[in-house]
Amino acid sequence: MARTLTPKRKVAFTVLAWVLGLLIFFPILWTVLTSFKTEGEAIANPPSFLFFDWTLENYTEVQERSNYLRHVINSVVISFGSTAIGLLIAVPAAWAMAFSPTKRTKGILMWMLSTKMLPAVGVMMPIYLIFRDLGLLDTLLGLTIVMTMVNLPIMVWMLYTYFKEIPGDILEAARMDGAQLGQEILYVLAPMAVPGIASTCLLNIILAWNEAFWTLNLTAADAAPLTAFIASYSSPEGLFWAKLSAASTMAIAPILILGWFSQRQLVRGLTFGAVK
Amino acid sequence: MKLSRLLLGTCAAVALTAPALADTTLTIATVNNGDMIRMQKLSGDFEAKNPGIALEWVTMEENTLRQKVTTDIATKGGQYDVMTIGNYEVRIWAKQGWLLPLDDLGDDYDADDIMPAIRQGLTYEGTLYAAPFYGESSMLMYRTDLFEKAGLTMPDDPTWSFIGEAARKITDTNDGVYGICLRGKAGWGENMAFITTLANSMGARWFDMDWHPQFDQPEWKAALQYYVDLMEDAGPPGASTNGFNENLALFQSGKCGMWIDATVAASFVTNPAESKVAEDVGFALTPHGEGIDKHGSWLWTWNLGIPAGSEKVDAAKAFIAWATSKAYTEMVAEKDGWANVPPGTRTSLYENPKYQEAAAFADVTLKAINAADPENPAVEPVPYVGGQWVGIPEFQGIGTAVGQQFSAALAGNITVDQALQNAQRFTEREMTKGGYIQ
Repeated sequence: MARTLTPKRKVAFTVLAWVLGLLIFFPILWTVLTSFKTEGEAIANPPSFLFFDWTLENYTEVQERSNYLRHVINSVVISFGSTAIGLLIAVPAAWAMAFSPTKRTKGILMWMLSTKMLPAVGVMMPIYLIFRDLGLLDTLLGLTIVMTMVNLPIMVWMLYTYFKEIPGDILEAARMDGAQLGQEILYVLAPMAVPGIASTCLLNIILAWNEAFWTLNLTAADAAPLTAFIASYSSPEGLFWAKLSAASTMAIAPILILGWFSQRQLVRGLTFGAVK
Repeated sequence: MKLSRLLLGTCAAVALTAPALADTTLTIATVNNGDMIRMQKLSGDFEAKNPGIALEWVTMEENTLRQKVTTDIATKGGQYDVMTIGNYEVRIWAKQGWLLPLDDLGDDYDADDIMPAIRQGLTYEGTLYAAPFYGESSMLMYRTDLFEKAGLTMPDDPTWSFIGEAARKITDTNDGVYGICLRGKAGWGENMAFITTLANSMGARWFDMDWHPQFDQPEWKAALQYYVDLMEDAGPPGASTNGFNENLALFQSGKCGMWIDATVAASFVTNPAESKVAEDVGFALTPHGEGIDKHGSWLWTWNLGIPAGSEKVDAAKAFIAWATSKAYTEMVAEKDGWANVPPGTRTSLYENPKYQEAAAFADVTLKAINAADPENPAVEPVPYVGGQWVGIPEFQGIGTAVGQQFSAALAGNITVDQALQNAQRFTEREMTKGGYIQ
């Protein structure tokens, strides 16, 4: 039986949740506010929180200097493309490991996870040279392949933990009813694992959207996504904090909106399975 | 229906974002600073004059740019047609055969107008390998109002002892004013740029003629001790994490009495739209040690070069000739005023009375550039060229490691002696590994 909270405790927990939420959100809020300041106000000490001359000049400047729309399209193609390809590989892999485990399944899972333990820069040169020889540098195809490979272990792991929650007997019953392998995955397993698959997709899209090592190092002009767009406004010699904040706000806006609308699904998915 | 609309919309968006149709598209890797961004904005003039050439800009922060263009040129990745590179890289890359010669930029280019010190730094075995877009040295910026209040007068040729005294006198921690702001953030292009020039002007050097590191010599001890003591007495708190931008923000908000850094800062601190102290800034040459005729001026240029193996050489040369020409300077002056033209590359600019009138810091900048001596950066003879850096490929790694030791000494985590010992040991090991020390 769930413990009932006294009104006092409820207020305390609510206040604590709000404080924590604001604390986590504050850097983003500050970035958004700075994007509406002049460069002079952006570095003012003490800083002004709300009472400054609001301006849109940074957004105008960023629009003039950069091809924002092209960066957005590149980000969408890379993050959604890598998620779609990753899903095609990860669902059957996770199905096999969850419902037909062998004595080496755990080892394979650990090995897959171990690829995430090596810093990306460790494999930078081989991948760069392979991409150069295959003509994949600064291409959307190349970036999509890399992002798929980078996030595949996480996708397999997440899906594996969700699939493990589904009773194998249901699948067995479907098989007894004459379902083929493809039908079993598509019509029986997938509908039951929708929250898990959805949250895996969302998390993967967010990870691919924010990835800033490969997207910076393997692109130049054609395939550069929003991470490269933000990076182009950083400067160690000259204060362009307001413009950098405007670029950052524009870069995070699409994914923030997507996250906002899908938060229920995301939370449901993340609290379902092994991490619940 | 919905799907077809979506596809149509996507196609339209892609079409809108595609570069203009042209015979040749040049991809230009450049650094994010005011002068380069201005060039990007004005590049429509080049495209109008060269209808067959379209420009694609890749703007990056300095360290990212360096990493990416180095990877690209070393592996012949071919992602860029024109690269923005520093004078540190030019000779090293030219020696490797990674850059194309730029001796034929047209009859009206007037390469002889490029300042001799700058041109020499971009020349390898008598051939020019990069064209300078803008150049900078270092200078001392100080608050005239604070000096007046303290009864101090900045000499034409300040010494480090005067700077030390003045910084301590100006410091008023209750008022949040610190006598001097200097770089402390670790990195070969960060704190080591300043500390190397400080050491040069106090008689120290990185290596002797046999490439043995010199951190165990008394000149280095004197230089580093001076820096740490001065910052402890008259520097802002947390100075070990301060770089150019942090010090710029401090100076502009009136927290620093003096600041020694790149000459490019002069236009920022005198801009009333950004700086609270714009009306009270004076300029002087960087100081030198007592009895030492060597200013710690550095010399840095951002240059445009063409990677060897490029397939668009003619178009790239046409662009470089346009961007680094006298005509470009005049165009900037016409549109944005003389104070905003890219400084430090052409002698004719400093002879121009309109520029002298518009840029109060022009005279000191020219003196600082002329005072820099990359061929003989130290008092004693050295086997390298440089100034705020040492012109060997290993310097990026060594400089950063030594910079971390000196930053730790500034933060008080280790003593000056420990920092120097660690620097000596590390540099000796790397130079032996690199085959310099037999």
